Amino acid sequence: MLKTIVIRVALGLLTLWAVSILIFGATEILPGDVASAVLGQGATPETLAVFRHELGLDRPSYVRYLEWFFNALHGDLGIAMTNKRVIVETIAPRLSNTLFLAGYAALIAVPTSVVLGIVAAINEGKFVDRFVNIISLMTISVPEFFIAYVLILYLAVQFEVFPSLSTVFPEMEFSEKIYMAALPAFTLTMLVMAHMLRMTRTSVLSIMSQPYIEMAFLKGLTRSQVIVRHALPNAAAPIISVIALNLAYLIVGVVVIEVVFVYPGIGQFMVDGVAKRDLPVVQACGLIFAGAFVGLNTVADVLAIMVNPRLRHPR
Amino acid sequence: MKLFGYKPPLTAWVGLAIITIFVLIAIFADFIAPYGEAESVGQTWDDPSFANWLGTDNIGRDLLSRLIYGARMTIGVALVTTILSFFIGITTGFMAAVGGPVIDQILSRLVDVMLSIPLLIFALIILSVFGSSISTLVLTLAILDSTRVFRLARAVATNLAVMEYVEAARLRGEGLWWIMRREILPNALPPMISEFGLRFCFNFLFVASLSFLGLGIQPPFADWGGMVRDNGKAISFGLSAPLWPAIAIATMTVGVNLVVDWILSINSRPSGASAEM
Repeated sequence: MLKTIVIRVALGLLTLWAVSILIFGATEILPGDVASAVLGQGATPETLAVFRHELGLDRPSYVRYLEWFFNALHGDLGIAMTNKRVIVETIAPRLSNTLFLAGYAALIAVPTSVVLGIVAAINEGKFVDRFVNIISLMTISVPEFFIAYVLILYLAVQFEVFPSLSTVFPEMEFSEKIYMAALPAFTLTMLVMAHMLRMTRTSVLSIMSQPYIEMAFLKGLTRSQVIVRHALPNAAAPIISVIALNLAYLIVGVVVIEVVFVYPGIGQFMVDGVAKRDLPVVQACGLIFAGAFVGLNTVADVLAIMVNPRLRHPR
Repeated sequence: MKLFGYKPPLTAWVGLAIITIFVLIAIFADFIAPYGEAESVGQTWDDPSFANWLGTDNIGRDLLSRLIYGARMTIGVALVTTILSFFIGITTGFMAAVGGPVIDQILSRLVDVMLSIPLLIFALIILSVFGSSISTLVLTLAILDSTRVFRLARAVATNLAVMEYVEAARLRGEGLWWIMRREILPNALPPMISEFGLRFCFNFLFVASLSFLGLGIQPPFADWGGMVRDNGKAISFGLSAPLWPAIAIATMTVGVNLVVDWILSINSRPSGASAEM
């Protein structure tokens, strides 16, 4: 089992490395180069040359890639093009804000969706099941900002329960942060809950057709007893990996939500960077997002291997 | 009432009706819209009135007209993206399945790496390099989205590539392109059709999200995601201006999903009409 896990983790690191090449390479596929793209048509050859030198673009691309990659490994993500500030210093507080928001949403979303999924499975085909199904289908098919604006309209404007803009500062009390970030956290929760809920329901139900479940019924146990005692432990593996996968989606969902609520996180920073075409910032944020995504996917696989004995021996 | 030999359930009819209405609105926007796309007709966020049924937007343009023109832009961009994405994805996917292990390995590993970067993040990186014109937007999204199509196309085609009739075509000396087009494609179509609907939904929401971030379709063109962004501030005054385009987006996605559900249920029926998947 240890060997399988080590191989999977190594594969994750390999993916991360390939991803870094792709992120760097994406900025190299321009017909001209970054300097001419940023400065536009009006640039004179002299300004172009100066700008290229300033960005270090007059060196071969593999040298720049290696330099960027090893600096990133040492925690140095370079300097922002627009305001010449060290990117790590700007990103660090924003990253912790984003992690706070994502963790907040995950803490609500994971227990709620697992419980609701089990409740839906227990009451399969009944009103509760159908209701939960319809609601989760709806949250899947609407854009994230729609949920956000509906929540703002009702919870912030009409009933003034929560603030509509979530500006948090490092000096804020923890409880105050929880209050300020409530709406973006609820929105994120609704985004990821649907998938987790449906997967929990499906995996519990697929176990329900097994012979040992029939046996449990024949012993005279009630439906909820069978599900909680017999079906759930065996449904745990797919549920756990679905949770980890959805946390990876949460990382991406954060981008749009942060913009809606003007939440000072890394997603908003990246969108600003894209709007200003500040490539070092975009690369740095992209690397962090992709790293979190690959990391969580690896964790999902490792957990699946640990929980499911059939995956421990690769064929 | 029957459609292509199948009887759609009520939900599918609702979905078809929504799609038809929206597409007609998109095509005939010039005739339906009461005002021009960028024509200023009132004050900022006027209340709904007889002249402006849904009121006006953040710079006094008629919201209903913007919504009607927005259908053309939002649906159009998503549709072109999806078609292009399917063309790229199916071509490369079939090539990976038919063209031998070397091509397969190269394409599959490249797609694996591309899939391990979240789509939105990847799109943001590329758009930051190229800037956001409609053609780069469509091309970027199509290439990124084609990785998803590639996976399905390759899986379907791998099953078909070992069939006797493909073998026969090979022995006849037919070329790779001919085999892909005449032997694989017709048999791979049924599962690809419902996938087309799903990918369209995804691209549609994705274009809307990018426009909402201000990085998708650029003004003066009206599009639903950008309209939500423009009118976002109105929500704190309790106005519904940003909700209309958001509702339009949601309705369209639900409509397509309803139809896709129906097509999926046909394909999963053991009628022989579906490919082996």
